[in-house]
Amino acid sequence: MKTRRTLKGHGNKVLCMDWCKDKRRIVSSSQDGKVIVWDSFTTNKEHAVTMPCTWVMACAYAPSGCAIACGGLDNKCSVYPLTFDKNENMAAKKKSVAMHTNYLSACSFTNSDMQILTASGDGTCALWDVESGQLLQSFHGHGADVLCLDLAPSETGNTFVSGGCDKKAMVWDMRSGQCVQAFETHESDINSVRYYPSGDAFASGSDDATCRLYDLRADREVAIYSKESIIFGASSVDFSLSGRLLFAGYNDYTINVWDVLKGSRVSILFGHENRVSTLRVSPDGTAFCSGSWDHTLRAQPQALLLEVALPGLEPSDRPGPSAPVNLRGRARTTCKTTCSGIKMGPVSQKLPKPAFQSTLFK
Amino acid sequence: MAAGPASHGGHPRAQKPHLSKMERMVVSMQDPDQGVKMRSQRLLITVIPHAVTGNDVMEWLIHKYCITEEEALHLGTLLVRHGYLYPLRDPCHLELRLDETPYRFQTPYFWMSTLWPAAELDYAIYLAKKNIRKRGGLFDHEKEHYDQLHRKISHTWDLVVMQAREQLWAAKQRRKGDRLVIACQEQTYWLVNRPPPGVPSVLEQGPERNSCTAGRVQMTKTVDFYRREVECLRKALGRARVKSSVCLEAYLKFSSQRGPHDPIMSGCLPSNPWVTDNDTYWAMNAPSAAVPTRLRVEQWAFSFRELLEDPVGRAHFMDFLRKEFSAENLSFWEACEELRHGGQAQVPALVDAVYQQFLAPGAARWVNIDSRTMERTLVGLGRPHRHVLDDAQLHIYMLMKKDSYPRFLKSDLYKDLLAEAVVPPETKRRVFPFMRKPRHSSPSPALLPASASREPSGGDGEA
Repeated sequence: MKTRRTLKGHGNKVLCMDWCKDKRRIVSSSQDGKVIVWDSFTTNKEHAVTMPCTWVMACAYAPSGCAIACGGLDNKCSVYPLTFDKNENMAAKKKSVAMHTNYLSACSFTNSDMQILTASGDGTCALWDVESGQLLQSFHGHGADVLCLDLAPSETGNTFVSGGCDKKAMVWDMRSGQCVQAFETHESDINSVRYYPSGDAFASGSDDATCRLYDLRADREVAIYSKESIIFGASSVDFSLSGRLLFAGYNDYTINVWDVLKGSRVSILFGHENRVSTLRVSPDGTAFCSGSWDHTLRAQPQALLLEVALPGLEPSDRPGPSAPVNLRGRARTTCKTTCSGIKMGPVSQKLPKPAFQSTLFK
Repeated sequence: MAAGPASHGGHPRAQKPHLSKMERMVVSMQDPDQGVKMRSQRLLITVIPHAVTGNDVMEWLIHKYCITEEEALHLGTLLVRHGYLYPLRDPCHLELRLDETPYRFQTPYFWMSTLWPAAELDYAIYLAKKNIRKRGGLFDHEKEHYDQLHRKISHTWDLVVMQAREQLWAAKQRRKGDRLVIACQEQTYWLVNRPPPGVPSVLEQGPERNSCTAGRVQMTKTVDFYRREVECLRKALGRARVKSSVCLEAYLKFSSQRGPHDPIMSGCLPSNPWVTDNDTYWAMNAPSAAVPTRLRVEQWAFSFRELLEDPVGRAHFMDFLRKEFSAENLSFWEACEELRHGGQAQVPALVDAVYQQFLAPGAARWVNIDSRTMERTLVGLGRPHRHVLDDAQLHIYMLMKKDSYPRFLKSDLYKDLLAEAVVPPETKRRVFPFMRKPRHSSPSPALLPASASREPSGGDGEA
């Protein structure tokens, strides 16, 4: 996998990013308060806003592509409508939507531009109406800061999951404000949660250097993605379109790609010079973008080489129903056997060098 | 820059599990039997025991964790950058070199996790020592710091200089080897805690977490807390669970079904825009494309949700429903979605409109809901809120999913769509790769007029 686009323009650590539904635009926010909207295909900057606070840790693109939301240490979530009118100052049209009592750690639009879901360091999540700024529903239950959230891709579209510093991941019903399910197996803060594309499970990345897969119908953790050589926490996770691969950005400047079903690591990507703070796969799955504290964002396409590395799991080839169940317990041993293959065996020769050079396309 | 190990309240070590893991790694590296091969290093005329080379460290890491060379080098470099290994020669750059440069393991006194506050006074003493030992031996940034500190603590500057002289004198009493080692250790410690400009500080952790007292108040075990816990656990007991094996089979099925649709796994035709700079793929799969691709049409058969999420799919489904004279179901569903996700201020008006159009007796587009749900809905309409139509919406959704959707998939309409769907040919790789195609920018969604950017609701418009 090669870095295809390196987006330079933030003068400081990139903290968060989000894709637009048109699959090429992204919004990113950084420590110095700058929020930039890029067309990452051409690497042009389209809009830039400077927030009055530092550490803008959350940003989101509206589903229609007409607005962005961001927030951070100002304890608020602000919505900026995007305008190309030169005479208009984007900051003038800013709408302050959410008010929390501590920093804003994550925000996301629901299915439309009219509602925003936010997570905050004050231990609560909240659903807001954008137009009026009214609080529609609040979600209490975390014992510490909430660091991340993700909306479920379900038919009824009523739930979301949040992860926090109390090591718990909780699933909430948006309508009633109640916690539906809670999972507490991580050993440290949960930095990022993301739903599996079918909506039946979600993955979480944590400071304890593991990523875990929790199944909602089985109501338990079903897989751990960890390796002894990975000692830094995972800051963000995302699935590929089919849910076969899990991309995780870590605080040791690398991105690890895990095979969700086998529990083993497929590849490790280098290139960033400081910790990877955010990672999102594009809406159509053609590329993923990672933002880092080294002031850059890198867009990397998915590559065909992975066909070689992952033999398809045909139903007839499967060793039997017992093997998948042992995914969780066997995670470590599977790692050892496959990774010695990766290191020395023929598989590594088929895999082109996982490292990429940071080629700058102008 | 927010470096500040002293500013952590609560659980400082718990917030940095990577430090304890690194320390465990370093301790196991120093194990006399299983650890890295140590040798005595000759530096000029002194001999330093227990030194290791970069290569040895890498070999050990590769062997112990079964990782590649690149990863081992990266891990070793991180160990050096965090100050757990220090080079004995030229210790002003913290990196793991693969030549014969000797490294040693840092003494636990100077480990990052001990959270010594790395105070200004200590730094001043260190810089003073360096200055005294060799005039002009300070680097530029160190000189700046030195001047700054001199200004800040000028009242105790005598103390600083005195301490510095004391320490230098005490050092002279030691053997040359020890002196060198201690100097290197100290230098590494300060390189980690006061990095030169341009080098990212490994101490930075981002904004402080767990600082909110409200969170901690919630942690106290009151009666209320336990009551909630009991309620939560009771609900959990009552929940129906599915066997993990069944869930995992579901993942297998899902992933293998979606595999061909995933650009990572199977590539995309004609080509991945990021790889070839050609955005035909996006043009062909645009939300309003006239002729959908084959993969896209196949995807509509995976689940009802995906059919509805795709605007083209939804339009075709609407056509099909019109033929079956049940188009009002989909229109009703769309109207309910608009209500659920719309602005708060529009809720009463929207509820009323939906009622008039779909639910009132004798309405123009009356939907067939079972009597119980209808009663519940009508009662709820007295106090309209955004979720008042949820039950009715779910009922209609399930109706469509179980009844109309399977018929749609078996219908001629769908089969024709599949047959007409285009399979784009793969673009050959460019013969001259250095001739880069110009990348076309696309109009921003923010430029489109507002009405066009929202999904069309109730698109048929026929009575």
